[in-house]
Amino acid sequence: MDSVSDPALLTLESCTVSFGGLIAVDELSLQVRPGELVSLIGPNGAGKTTVFNAITGVYPLARGDIRLEGTPLGGLPPHRVARLGVARTFQNIRLFRGLTVLDNLRAAMHHGSDYDLLRAALRSRRWAATEARLQAKARELLGLFELEGRAEEPAGSLPYGEQRRLEIVRALATGPRLLLLDEPAAGMNPAETQRLMDLIRSLIERFSLTILLIEHDMRLVMGVSDRVVVLNHGREIAAGTPQQIAGDPAVIEAYLGEPTH
Amino acid sequence: MSQQLINAISLGAVYALIALGYTMVYGVLRLINFAHGEVFMVGSFIGLAALSVFHLPFALAVLVAMVGAALLGAVIERGAYRPLRSAPRLAALITAIGVSLLLQNLGMLILGAAPRAYPPAIDPAPIAWLEERAGVVVTRQQVVILAATAAILAGLSLIVSRTKIGKAMRAVSEDRQAAQLMGINVDRVIAFTFCLGSAIAGAGGVFYGVYYGTADPLMGLMPGIKAFVAAVLGGIGSVPGAMLGALLMGLVETGVSSVTLRVSPSLVLTGSTLRDAVAFAVLIAILLLRPAGLLGRPGREKV
Amino acid sequence: MWAHYLPRLVLYVAIGSVLVGLDVGLPRLLNAYLVQILVFVACNIVLATSLNLINGIAGQFSIGHAGFMAIGAYATAWLSTTHGQRLLAPYEGQRLEPLLIVAYLVVLMFLGGLAAALGGLLIGLPSLRLRGDYLAIATLGFGEIIRVLLLNLEPVGGATGLRGIPQYSSLFLVLVAAVVTVAALHNLGNSVHGRSLLAIREDETAAEALGIDCAHYKTSAFVIGAFFAGVAGCLYAHYTQFIHPRSFDFMKSIELVLIVVLGGGNLRSVILAAVAITLLPEGLRLVKGALHLPFDPRMAIYSALLIAAMLVRRERVLQAVLPGRKGGGLRE
Repeated sequence: MDSVSDPALLTLESCTVSFGGLIAVDELSLQVRPGELVSLIGPNGAGKTTVFNAITGVYPLARGDIRLEGTPLGGLPPHRVARLGVARTFQNIRLFRGLTVLDNLRAAMHHGSDYDLLRAALRSRRWAATEARLQAKARELLGLFELEGRAEEPAGSLPYGEQRRLEIVRALATGPRLLLLDEPAAGMNPAETQRLMDLIRSLIERFSLTILLIEHDMRLVMGVSDRVVVLNHGREIAAGTPQQIAGDPAVIEAYLGEPTH
Repeated sequence: MSQQLINAISLGAVYALIALGYTMVYGVLRLINFAHGEVFMVGSFIGLAALSVFHLPFALAVLVAMVGAALLGAVIERGAYRPLRSAPRLAALITAIGVSLLLQNLGMLILGAAPRAYPPAIDPAPIAWLEERAGVVVTRQQVVILAATAAILAGLSLIVSRTKIGKAMRAVSEDRQAAQLMGINVDRVIAFTFCLGSAIAGAGGVFYGVYYGTADPLMGLMPGIKAFVAAVLGGIGSVPGAMLGALLMGLVETGVSSVTLRVSPSLVLTGSTLRDAVAFAVLIAILLLRPAGLLGRPGREKV
Repeated sequence: MWAHYLPRLVLYVAIGSVLVGLDVGLPRLLNAYLVQILVFVACNIVLATSLNLINGIAGQFSIGHAGFMAIGAYATAWLSTTHGQRLLAPYEGQRLEPLLIVAYLVVLMFLGGLAAALGGLLIGLPSLRLRGDYLAIATLGFGEIIRVLLLNLEPVGGATGLRGIPQYSSLFLVLVAAVVTVAALHNLGNSVHGRSLLAIREDETAAEALGIDCAHYKTSAFVIGAFFAGVAGCLYAHYTQFIHPRSFDFMKSIELVLIVVLGGGNLRSVILAAVAITLLPEGLRLVKGALHLPFDPRMAIYSALLIAAMLVRRERVLQAVLPGRKGGGLRE
C-alpha cells in the first residue's frame, strides 16, 4: 500500500502485542479515516486498552505496524507520539490531582511554548507573551466545557463527572488530530452520558478531530459511532456500522454466549 | 582461597540475618525499614549488657537480645509506621530515616559515641585440628555463628512455610487487600513480621559484636546499608533472595578488602575504604540493570 | 522593552542596595560568629531551594544533595588553592583586588556549579529508570560514593580535609547568590517548564501522554538542582576556608531533606524552614553549654522533628512535596 496516498489518518496493520507468553492483541488491523468516530468494543480483557497503549507507545509491538498519516509510530516513546498529534484519556482518570484545573491544561500546552529554561528563569518578554497566550487559550477551552469557574481549584477536588470532562479538555489542549477516549462515560449516570454524547459529537467538528472510542455503554456507542470494531481475546471478531454490529451473531455470542474454551 | 571463602561466608551470615528483616518487612509493607540497622545495633547492645553486666551464657544472651530487638521492632512499627499506613509511601520512608537517626543519636546520648569492648563470649582461637589438616584457619566463633545462623534460618523457613501466621505473612505479601478480605488480621501480621525480622537482626547484632569485639551506636549504619544492598541484590521481598544476596555481598566485600586499587597516583583506594564504595556501586548497578534483583519478580505498571 | 524589565530592575537595585547596606553594616554590628551563621543560613537557602526543585517540584526523591555540594566545594577549593591564589597574587593590596576577587569568584561559582551539574546528570540518568524509594536509595549511594572518593583523594587532603582555602566569599556575595537562586527557581516554577516538572511529579504516565519528555525534564531537574548546590558548595568552601568530606555526609543531605519536607514544597516556606533549621543548632549549642550536655543533641532533635513532621502535619506537609494520589510516588 502506498502510504503517501493513504486516505486513513490512523492505520494499524496486523499489530500484535504480547506480555510474556500472553497475547493481548492478536494480528489486529484497523483504519480510521479523518473526521471519523470509530468505537472499539468488546468484553473485559478483550485488549481494547492495550490497543490504545500500543498506539501511544506505552507498550511495544511484537509484530505489525502503526502509522499516523503514513508516519510510522512504532518504537516512538509516548511523548513523541503525543507531539505528532495523538492525545488520550485514561480508563482510571489520571489528572494531575494536586495541580489546579488551569495548570492541568497549561501543562498539556507544554509544546506550544517557545521559550527555554533560561528565558523562563529571567522572565523574558517572550516568556510573558507566551504565558499570556497559553493562559487565554486555556481559559477559552475551560469556557467551552463549562469548567471556567473551577479554574483555580485543585483538579483532585472536582466531582467525578467534571474530572472526566477535564481529562478530555486536557487532551484537547495538546491540539491533537486523533483523540483516544478510554471509557469516558464510566461511572456516569444516563443524563451525564447523554450530555457527554453530544459533547463528543460536537468535538469532531469544532476541533476537526478524529476519535477512537472505547466504551461499554452501548447506548453511547450506538449513538455516536460511525463505525464499530468488536474485539474478543485480542482479535477483531466483527466490524461495521452500529446497525450491522447490533445484529451480528458473533458479537452477541462474545457478550452473552458461552465462552468456547 | 578457601580461607577467604570461610571469612566471606561468616560475614555473609551476619548480613543475611539483617537482610531477612529488610526483605520480610518490604514484603508485607512495601517499606524500606531504614531503622532496621539500628534495631541490629540495639540488639547488639542488649547482648553486650546481658554478657558483661548480667554474665549470662552466650545462648541466653542471644535470646534476650532477640526478645529485646523484637520489642523495639514492635514499638517502632506501632508508633511510627502504623499511623502512616495509608499515607504516601515516601512519607513512611522519610519517617523510617528519622527513626534510624533518632535511635543512633539516642544511643550516642545514652552510651556515648566511643566503641565499647564486647566480651569474647566464644573462644576466638582457631580450631587446631582443622588448621593442621586443611591449613585453614577457622575459629570456634565462626563455627558457632554459622551454626546458629543456620539454625535461625531453618527456624524462619519453618515459620514462614508451615505455620498459620507464616501463611498469613505470605498472603499479605502477595496482596494486602485480598488478604484483609479473606479475614486475615493484616495489622497483626505486619506487627509479627516486624518482631520476627527485628529478633533475627538482634541475634545478628550479638554475633557481629562477638565477631568484631566492639559495639557502638553507629555500628548499625554500614552493616544495615550493606544488608539492604544484599536484600535488593537478591530481590527485595524474597527470603531466599536475601540469603543469596547476603552471601554474595560477603564474597564481594572479602574479595575487595584484599585489593588496593591505584586509579591514579593521587587516588589510591585501599580495600577497607573501597569496600563501602563498592557496596553502593553494586547497589546502583543492580537497581539500574535488574531492579527486581536476582530472585525477585519484576512488576509492570498498569496504564 | 523597558516597560517589561524596568520594574524588576528597580526591585533588583533596591534589593542590591539593601544587601550592600547589610554587608557594610552587619560586620560592624555583629561579631564574626553571627556573620558566619548568616552565611550558613544563605548557603542552606540555596541548597534547600535547589533540592526543592528536584524533590518538591519534580517529585524525584533525592537524599544525596550534599554530594553535589561536595563536588562544587571541592572542585573550586582545589582550583583556588592550586591556581587561583597564584593568579590573583600579583594584584595583592592593589585597588583592583576586591573587584578581581569578585569576578574570580563569580567564574568559580559557575565552574563549581557546572562540575556539580555533571554529577547531577550522572545521577539523573538512574532517575529515568528508578522511582520513589529505589531512587532515594540510589541517590544516597551516590552521595556516599562521592564522600568515600574524597576521603581517598590525596590532592584535596583526603581524610585530613582541605585547608588554606582563600576567603574570597563574603556575606554580601552569599546573600546575592541566595537572592538570585531563589528568583531563578521561582521564575522557573512559574513557567511551562516548571509545570511540566509538576506534571511529572503528579503522574508520569499522563505527563508523557501529553507530550512531556519526562526523561529530559527529570534529568534537567537534577542538573539544575545540582548546579545550584555546587554554587553553594563553592561559596561555603571560600568562606569557611576549610572543608572535609564529613561536612557533606548523609546527615547534611538529611538536614536539607528535612528543610524541604518542613517547607512543604512551597518556596517561601522552604526558605523559612532553611532559616529555622540553620539557626536551631546554634540555639541548641547554647542549650548544650547551659545544660553541660556531653554531646551535640542536634541530630537527635532533627530526627525527632522529621518524625513529628510526618506524623503530625503530614497532610499539609506532603500535599506539596509528594504526589496528590495516594501512594502515587510509587505504583506497583
